[in-house]
Amino acid sequence: MADRKKPVDAVIIGYGWTGVIMAKALTDAGLSVVALERGPALDTSPDFEYPRIADELKYGVRGDLWQPLARETVTVRHTVNDVAVPYRQYGSFIFGNGVGGAGVHWNGMVWRVSPEDLRFRSHIEQRYGKSLIPKDMTIQDYPVTFEELEPHFDHFEKVCGVSGLAGNLRGHIRAGGNPFEGARGDEYPTAPLPPIYFGQLFEKATAELGYKAFPLPAANSSVAYTNPYGVRLGPCNLCGFCERFGCFLYSKASPQTTILPILADRKNLEVRTGAYVTKILRDKTRAMAAGVSYIDENGREVEQPADLVVLSAFQLHNVRLLLLSGIGTPYDPVSGEGVVGKNYAYQMSSGTGVFFSEDVEINPFVGAGAAGKRAIDELNSDHYDHAHLGFIGGSLILAGGTGGRPIDQMMLPPGTPAWGTGWKAAVRKHYRHSAPIGTLGSVMSYRDRYLSLDPTYTDAHGLPLLRITFDWHDNETRMAAYTAAKIEEIVRAMKPEKQATMLIRPGDHYDVRFYQSTHTTGGAIMGSNPSNSVVNRYSQSWDLPNLFVYGACAFPQNFGGAPTGLLAALAYFSAAKIRDTYLRSPGPLVQV
Amino acid sequence: MRLKRLLAMVGGALVALIAAMAVSYVSDQRAGEKTLMAPTPTAAVVARGAYLARLGDCAACHSVPARPAFSGGLRMRTPIGAIYTTNITPDVSNGIGRFTLTDFDRALRFGVAKGHTLYPAMPYTSYYNTTPADVAALYAYFKYAVPASSVPNRATDIVFALSMRWPLTFWRWLFAPKPSPFAAAPGMTNEVAKGAYFAEGLGHCGECHTPRGIFLQARAATGADGPTYLSGAVIENYFAPSLRSDGPGTLGEWSADEVTQFLLTGGNTRGIAFGSMTDVITHSTQYMTSEDALATAKYLKTLGFPGATPQPSFVYDATEHRALKNGDASKPGAMLYLNNCAACHRPDGMGYERVFPRLSGNPIVQARNPLSVVSIVLEGSRTPRTGASPAQFTMPGFAWRLSDQDVADVVNFVRTSWGNHASAATADAVRRTRSYAAPE
Repeated sequence: MADRKKPVDAVIIGYGWTGVIMAKALTDAGLSVVALERGPALDTSPDFEYPRIADELKYGVRGDLWQPLARETVTVRHTVNDVAVPYRQYGSFIFGNGVGGAGVHWNGMVWRVSPEDLRFRSHIEQRYGKSLIPKDMTIQDYPVTFEELEPHFDHFEKVCGVSGLAGNLRGHIRAGGNPFEGARGDEYPTAPLPPIYFGQLFEKATAELGYKAFPLPAANSSVAYTNPYGVRLGPCNLCGFCERFGCFLYSKASPQTTILPILADRKNLEVRTGAYVTKILRDKTRAMAAGVSYIDENGREVEQPADLVVLSAFQLHNVRLLLLSGIGTPYDPVSGEGVVGKNYAYQMSSGTGVFFSEDVEINPFVGAGAAGKRAIDELNSDHYDHAHLGFIGGSLILAGGTGGRPIDQMMLPPGTPAWGTGWKAAVRKHYRHSAPIGTLGSVMSYRDRYLSLDPTYTDAHGLPLLRITFDWHDNETRMAAYTAAKIEEIVRAMKPEKQATMLIRPGDHYDVRFYQSTHTTGGAIMGSNPSNSVVNRYSQSWDLPNLFVYGACAFPQNFGGAPTGLLAALAYFSAAKIRDTYLRSPGPLVQV
Repeated sequence: MRLKRLLAMVGGALVALIAAMAVSYVSDQRAGEKTLMAPTPTAAVVARGAYLARLGDCAACHSVPARPAFSGGLRMRTPIGAIYTTNITPDVSNGIGRFTLTDFDRALRFGVAKGHTLYPAMPYTSYYNTTPADVAALYAYFKYAVPASSVPNRATDIVFALSMRWPLTFWRWLFAPKPSPFAAAPGMTNEVAKGAYFAEGLGHCGECHTPRGIFLQARAATGADGPTYLSGAVIENYFAPSLRSDGPGTLGEWSADEVTQFLLTGGNTRGIAFGSMTDVITHSTQYMTSEDALATAKYLKTLGFPGATPQPSFVYDATEHRALKNGDASKPGAMLYLNNCAACHRPDGMGYERVFPRLSGNPIVQARNPLSVVSIVLEGSRTPRTGASPAQFTMPGFAWRLSDQDVADVVNFVRTSWGNHASAATADAVRRTRSYAAPE
């Protein structure tokens, strides 16, 4: 018999970025809130303290801050006819674990989508006609515009103390910024971090070729900064420990460094860690969510009744919980019917290693995550003519690594021995004198790429794992090849000794053994009506109006960039509507 | 004969002891005002009492986390054993529910309760100057606004003989200031007088910041007592810095506005609270009105050596920064500084404003006693969380990775770099601090 807790106004599933954003919004509105987090409590002290956190083996390789895959993972297959197998070791993407979620170990890249990314199908159809989009490509528009989200992008950037330089300030294009961005209402809250040396070389080479490089917006404050909630952040010192680490310097924005300090003493908020949610419950009418069921840290089954349910776990986990709870119709790739699990997408990444002679001091350990990087946006989204290219979409191009980690990011030219004296000599020759140019490329959604419950494998509690059915389509490999050729031109302008490109080519299969990015998207997408989506423009479930779903699961397809800026903006957009409308008269916020 | 003399001596001592105990008894019974009439507890009086209870920081000692407010139980180390703070909620059996205003006043200002003298851990030695109206307001607050809690009081850990209370009466006679309501010194502005009333009285700054004599008595109670008052003192494992304007290592270079900001938020551009001051900020001073905080700051700024010439302002010296920037870590402690401290406090010793304190020109770093710096390096430090400053920054402790000599070297490096000039800490002093900090 489950232990039944006292009912609360709202229960939050997953205490990462969106969960914490919603915890603040709902407690601000006076609601009693319980937040459930499957992992442990984590805070800068003691969990990310210097110098213990600066340990690549412990955190970067063995993943002490990641979800243990032995308890729960996903299964992966390439096509609907394959049998999926479990993702038993970390490779392609990484799950956060504990308070702060993936917002603890992320790279801190806060990216606004291009305005056309939010209406990608209409934009492509209008510009090139309907024929450019293949039949099996299931991309669709967001039911919300860039202009509607702009104040919320802006607010999240201010919460995080994002460092950057506006390229389009209220319609004025400004030198040094990204000229392709949508019109911003305000400048970035803090000035750009100084460019790493490789960023300077990239800036020079791209300028020669006519590109406009700009500082990559980084959720690493460049000065000591106080955010709109009164929370102070420290400035980034480019230490090299963003990706896969918690920040010891109170600089990289995470829920811990930006919002949690003001929630610490809220009497109407209770955070329960070690709470593994297994089901969203429905009331007797089956038309409303009634709360959640979870297994607590002592293995006991607990029921938490609530009037409002916020589903804010990681993208894949959100989709799994909807499927486990039987909410919405599961997507069927054969008939194309159903919505839950539909339009899973990922990120197309490639990298070009640039190897200089030993008199060029790159020092890759300077700079971390997004901090100190320079980027170009010319080859992203639909910023260039796709009429005769045979693909749509593009890539954001970034100069520099994410920290120069010696175990994981020891970039060596092809042909270098994998061990022994030859390897050591190559390390000595190249480590301090090389850097990558990377891409974050868009991935369209397709009829045969989706998420479902696995028929074979279960988690530690006997519940089915989530199954990913995904492989590359030609649209993406062609886009990657086009982008890589352009990058090689830029690299040649830098005049290195050698260069080498790692690229997913037409015919290559999705390989989960190698880290590519944690930007997995879709599966609980937003749209204009219940037949094409799981949630409406306010992240509200079409099926249960008191269930709200947040995260990159809402993206109908993936763009060239990073998801956190958009998923946070969507959460703030929703929070404002809940505050202004929903709490006064609960019910569907979009009528169809 | 011998036996007789011994008996006489023992007998004489016994008589003296009994007489002393009797005197103590009579004195403790008679302490306090005759009979005070409690005024009507209006909402305004209770609110004033609540505010004064914040200023007096009653909660710092009488409240412990996860227990009802003011129900006592905080363990306090003394040289003769641990004592525990008492329940001061209006509970009739375990709290102060039966106290009359006279009883309350007797405890607060005279240091006598339930017929015996209190351990001077209760700062009646400072509270003695509280005005009758404010005592009545505090009484009204504790009687009518604090919820009663029946948490029982805990006996001290002091062994018998030492646990007898009568010597405390004599201590009180000898060392406690005579209770009398605050009166402004001639020439004080109203604002400075208000600050003096708080700082010398309920704020009890002197309990930590004024040095003590061999009987643990504060060697000065007010600014009028001369340059010893608030001139800095060792308290547990920290050196509570001088709050006077007496040169390097004192508050001399802080403006009244900076002191005010420190009291209200726990930090300013020059420093961040540490040690037990974080509790004072968290529980007490952050709740001051800005007028009262500024008055207190202005009062503190009046304290200095009479006639002393103002010390020259701190002058930054870039030598160490230049050396570190050029890869020269030859100065003792420099490499330790780079490996352990520079990530946050920076090679130039400037830190990051109101995040990681600057070390150059910092009065704590340059205090005449290096104890606080040694303790912070060993144990780390956590800034107070206040309404105005919700982010809490933690410096980790380095006791687990630095030897006594390492700590001494790095402390001496920061005490003598970037324009700082302060005396050396020894490995032996670090060892003593480390063993004090280790769990009992």
